[in-house]
Amino acid sequence: MNGNELISTAKNTWCPGCGNFIIQHALKDVLTDMAAEGFPLENVVLVAGIGQHGKMFDFLNLNGFYSLHGRTIPAATGIRLANPGLKVICITGDGDSYAEGLDHLIFGAKRNLDITVLLHDNRVYGLTTGQFTPTSPYGFRGHSTPTGAKEYPFNPLELLLGSGAGFIARGYTHKHEQLKRLIREALQHKGFSFVDILQICATYNDMTGYYDARIFDWDESDAGIYNAAYGKAREWDYNTDARIGLGIMYRRTAPIFEENYPVPEPLSPEKRSEWVKHFMEERA
Amino acid sequence: MNAGGYHFILSAGIVISPTAGKSRMAENEVSVLIGGRAGDGISSTGQIIAHLLAQVGYRVYMHFDYPSLIKGGHNFAIVRAAEGDIGAVRSKVDFILALNQETIDLHIQRLNTGGVIIHDSRKVKSTEGIGVPLREILTEEKATPVMGNSAIIGAFIRAAKIDWDLAATVLKKSMPKGTEQNLRVARRGYDVSEERHAVHRTGKSVFPVMTGNEAISIGLIEGDLELYFSYPMSPTSNILHFLAGYADELKIRVIQPESEIAVILMALGCAYAGSKAAIGTSGGGFCLMTEALGLSGIAELPIVIILGQRTGPSTGLATYTAQSELHFALHAGQGEFPRLVIAPGDAAEARFWSRTAMDLAWKYQLPAILLPDRLICEGLYSMEPGLGVRFQAGPVPGDPGVHPYLRYAHSDSGISPLRFPPVKGEIIRVNSHVHDIDGLTTEDPRVTREMADKRRKKMDGLLTEIEGMSPVSIGGVPDATTAILCWGSGKGICEELGKKRGFRVVRPVVLWPFPEKAFARAMGEVDRFFSVETNESGQLADLVSRFGYSAAGKILKYDGRAFMVDELEEESETVIQ
Repeated sequence: MNGNELISTAKNTWCPGCGNFIIQHALKDVLTDMAAEGFPLENVVLVAGIGQHGKMFDFLNLNGFYSLHGRTIPAATGIRLANPGLKVICITGDGDSYAEGLDHLIFGAKRNLDITVLLHDNRVYGLTTGQFTPTSPYGFRGHSTPTGAKEYPFNPLELLLGSGAGFIARGYTHKHEQLKRLIREALQHKGFSFVDILQICATYNDMTGYYDARIFDWDESDAGIYNAAYGKAREWDYNTDARIGLGIMYRRTAPIFEENYPVPEPLSPEKRSEWVKHFMEERA
Repeated sequence: MNAGGYHFILSAGIVISPTAGKSRMAENEVSVLIGGRAGDGISSTGQIIAHLLAQVGYRVYMHFDYPSLIKGGHNFAIVRAAEGDIGAVRSKVDFILALNQETIDLHIQRLNTGGVIIHDSRKVKSTEGIGVPLREILTEEKATPVMGNSAIIGAFIRAAKIDWDLAATVLKKSMPKGTEQNLRVARRGYDVSEERHAVHRTGKSVFPVMTGNEAISIGLIEGDLELYFSYPMSPTSNILHFLAGYADELKIRVIQPESEIAVILMALGCAYAGSKAAIGTSGGGFCLMTEALGLSGIAELPIVIILGQRTGPSTGLATYTAQSELHFALHAGQGEFPRLVIAPGDAAEARFWSRTAMDLAWKYQLPAILLPDRLICEGLYSMEPGLGVRFQAGPVPGDPGVHPYLRYAHSDSGISPLRFPPVKGEIIRVNSHVHDIDGLTTEDPRVTREMADKRRKKMDGLLTEIEGMSPVSIGGVPDATTAILCWGSGKGICEELGKKRGFRVVRPVVLWPFPEKAFARAMGEVDRFFSVETNESGQLADLVSRFGYSAAGKILKYDGRAFMVDELEEESETVIQ
């Protein structure tokens, strides 16, 4: 198929230069390739949160569930329980899943739910025009913190590793080809796959120069070793000046949540009635 | 209520002095109180007493009163049995089964003249009644302390002159573990007891006995439930436990997520992908769900929510009752969207309306809220076993021949046909934003209005359907011109009051969309009415006032406790003259 068919006719309202375009096209390219290899795209469901990232729901021609702020993962859980044949991709952001819906992110990882979470981490609230987020650095000046944010960011990779995520990667919107590979591998991973995508916000938090000067590619040969992954997660705390590793940080496979709750063949209405009748007799 | 003074506060300002109670056993009605410490198995003992009385042909209702703790503290259950349908207890009882002294101290004033006390002779200092030497019996039978309850039950069986063989069948069924030992212990209690108050067989057929939570679970199963999600919270936790216990044989899945927010979102995810889900909670959990309630409304994702009411606000009284979430259920969530709100009056209605809620939620693609209170959820009822007629409604399926599929396509009914992913060549979108017929986000004023109209149109069809389903119950003395207005668990108590004092009882079961026509018929020729509710303000009286009906007075109780039949009768004499 022609990848452009995946781009919807909805009017795009991201700012020029927004990192979201890169993520959108990376995902589009990966899905186009997968379709060419025979993967049925009608099996894909995008679950979008609220934030600039969420507009992917409108801008891509894919099945979608445009959820509430912070609530992509529980909706995705329900979709996967109902039909584990669906490929569910959560499109979320640092406000969406690190602030409002952090509990669900941790529980998605804890359960090893078989979904892919693409987290647009621009480290600023774009939709609400420029406030600090859980990954903004200490001292971040935004509309709500004119003298600088008075709290330190948390380190999402460390958090996800500790929560049981089986696939953890970090991408960057100025590394398009690498980002495509990370998304593709995340989609191929069976289990909870998570990509923290350092995303340029052209309007409120353009860190292009900062990132470009510090990024490097991780050696992925030890991605299966927890302690090695932990060391990588700790290299940069999203606050202090340090080198910023990109690539797959951790990868291991484990049984997925959905396998513990397989879709049963439902009882026929007659069988249900019989069950109820029997239950009533036991209680009489 | 206090132990020393023997008076109970009924509701604001009303104090009833103790009066010598007259046994109603002549009217073929009997009440039994079982009391002890939390952890003593008071509820299960009460259930066995209820089953025993059901087995001799009575209709039973059990109220279990317990504080929010696991061990210690005082628990008691009142089992009332009568020939007619009941759904409430009296404050006065004919038997007190006391596992400790505190039970006597707290409840002796409830005992009718000629009533019988059965007690653990070592723990209770009473020269009256029937003492059962529990410690000796347990030692001799090498039984565990919790089996002491079986000896008390045995003593009750004799005192109530219930046939031992019949009772033994109930005991065997109720105690699948350690059955033979329990039976021996019960027989020892029986042997030391004596006949005091014969409970006569009624000759009526035996009805099954179950809690409202069990009846709700059964209704959901009959409504084709596939998944149940719940975060534990009184008074609906037992739905979670019941369904989890039977999940494998029923071929359903029962999940306990991390929060009520996750609960409702997971269920909505299921609805998007075509699986029927229900969820259960109480007021506090429902607070967390309200944002997603609106998502169900605007995205038109069907869901059934069991909102079991307990005393609020905030954490309130975790294990006590109230009917204070009516306004909340009617108005929860920002913006305006269609919803169905139903308050069943007992276990049988809970079963019928749970399954009907499933049908209607899916037909009209909206949230349906079932609004029982703690008395219904955890009350034990005799339930008419007939399977009833299944309400025939289901989701409107999408036509595979129509392309492109439009999730929010307009129709005369406002209902858009449903299809679920994956469908080759189609894109299926649901959206929390204002959206167009394809589910794409829009801010267009015309589309915004048209979509609001579409959703509201569904309520017209739903209301028409509801009006044909006896959504307002008329009881008591149906042609009386003085009426009692009540809802939910008010059914049992108000039916008795109405019949006794000659009042009509008008009880809307469906509260939203408000069945105005059925309500008008029910209120025909009523010249004054009084609302009876367990809340501070009279929330149902408020609701009907919107439709032009003004209550002449309200009898309100908001201490977490149930109205009791005799107390309400007395209070009604002051209020309704």
